Amino acid sequence: MNINATLISQMISFAVFVWFCMKFVWPPLIAAIEARQKSIADGLADAARASKDLDLAQAKAKDHLRDARKQSAELLEQANRRRSQIIEEAQGEARIERDKILAQGQAELEAAINRAREELRGQVAVLALAGAEQILQRSVDAKAHADILDKLASKL
Amino acid sequence: MAAAGEELTSVGYIRHHLTNLQVCAGESGLHTHCEGAGFWTFNIDTMFWSALLGIVFISLFRMVAVKATTGVPGRLQCFVEMLVEFVAKTVNNTFHARSRLIAPLALTIFVWVFLMNLMDLVPVDLIPYAATLVGLEYQKIVPTTDLNTTFGLSIGVFLLIIFYSIKVKGFTGFIKELTLHPFHSKNPFLQAILIPFNLILESVTLLAKPISLSMRLFGSMYAGELIFILIAVMYSTNLVIGGLGGVLQLGWAIFHILVITLQAFIFMMLTIVYMSMASQDH
Repeated sequence: MNINATLISQMISFAVFVWFCMKFVWPPLIAAIEARQKSIADGLADAARASKDLDLAQAKAKDHLRDARKQSAELLEQANRRRSQIIEEAQGEARIERDKILAQGQAELEAAINRAREELRGQVAVLALAGAEQILQRSVDAKAHADILDKLASKL
Repeated sequence: MAAAGEELTSVGYIRHHLTNLQVCAGESGLHTHCEGAGFWTFNIDTMFWSALLGIVFISLFRMVAVKATTGVPGRLQCFVEMLVEFVAKTVNNTFHARSRLIAPLALTIFVWVFLMNLMDLVPVDLIPYAATLVGLEYQKIVPTTDLNTTFGLSIGVFLLIIFYSIKVKGFTGFIKELTLHPFHSKNPFLQAILIPFNLILESVTLLAKPISLSMRLFGSMYAGELIFILIAVMYSTNLVIGGLGGVLQLGWAIFHILVITLQAFIFMMLTIVYMSMASQDH
């Protein structure tokens, strides 16, 4: 239990171990630890950034969605407007067409009436002439009395 | 076991366990006490076990350091890094100057002292008995129960304290620190009177550091070892006391796990504190 030369040997081995530890053990270990700490910190920062990006993307997506919805509503409205417009146009055209057809019909009808009237008038004149002939028991010179007949026919 | 030709008694048994295996200057062969050699005696067992444990520490940590990956570490690397980080954190919390030496120094002290203390938990007769079989009669396997080891460590720390004091404050600064504190006066004459008192006080403070450092560790480990030996003596009486001894040994060993860790930590912590004090300029 006495102090003896072992003391010197113990001091030397202590110094050697400390030197070795300082030279070959501590630096690589602490470097590895620090590198890992850095990579973990980077990973965490990346994760935070990614989550922020995700939030941004989600907000953007929501915006897009809202825009799209608005756009679609607009389109729908436009289409509705267009539809009613087309319907209106068609109705107008149809009305014009109908009027045209009606007018044409009317004209034809009037023409037919006129024709029939002319015919009738002619026939009436003939009939009247025939009647008058019968009454007069003689032939009336149609040519001589043409003016009278025409006057009559125009009165009909 | 007692030495050859010696009767097996409790006293002999205890003394046997507290005796180092020595080589002495001027004498050949292995001895247990060197009459004429004086200082030039070497405790072979202390040197062997401390060197072995130091090499275990250094090679284990070196192996991990070489294979250290910055990716996902293995279990051994995790364990080693845990120790390194623990020491690094302790150093960073206490020691504020920059130094490449202090952290490895603290790690070496912590792990080496812990391993040397750990030998205390090896059953007291196991290795001495094995040593007897190969012809070595004495074997004291706990290096920290040898004052030479604890003083070797603390004197190493003491030299570093002085080295750092002079490095940081300069030689005159170191001398000033020893002579102008704690009593200081503006009056030169009064100051001259105060210098011897300061010198005595500061020298005691300075010298108390290595002495307390080594005596604390030595005392704790020596007492622990002695109690293990006393418990071991109980086995040689009778069955009842032997059984009680078994229970006591288990309890003491479990308690000692705390003691050896704590002693290693205290040694490391105080080293850091002393180095920190040495590196601080007032």
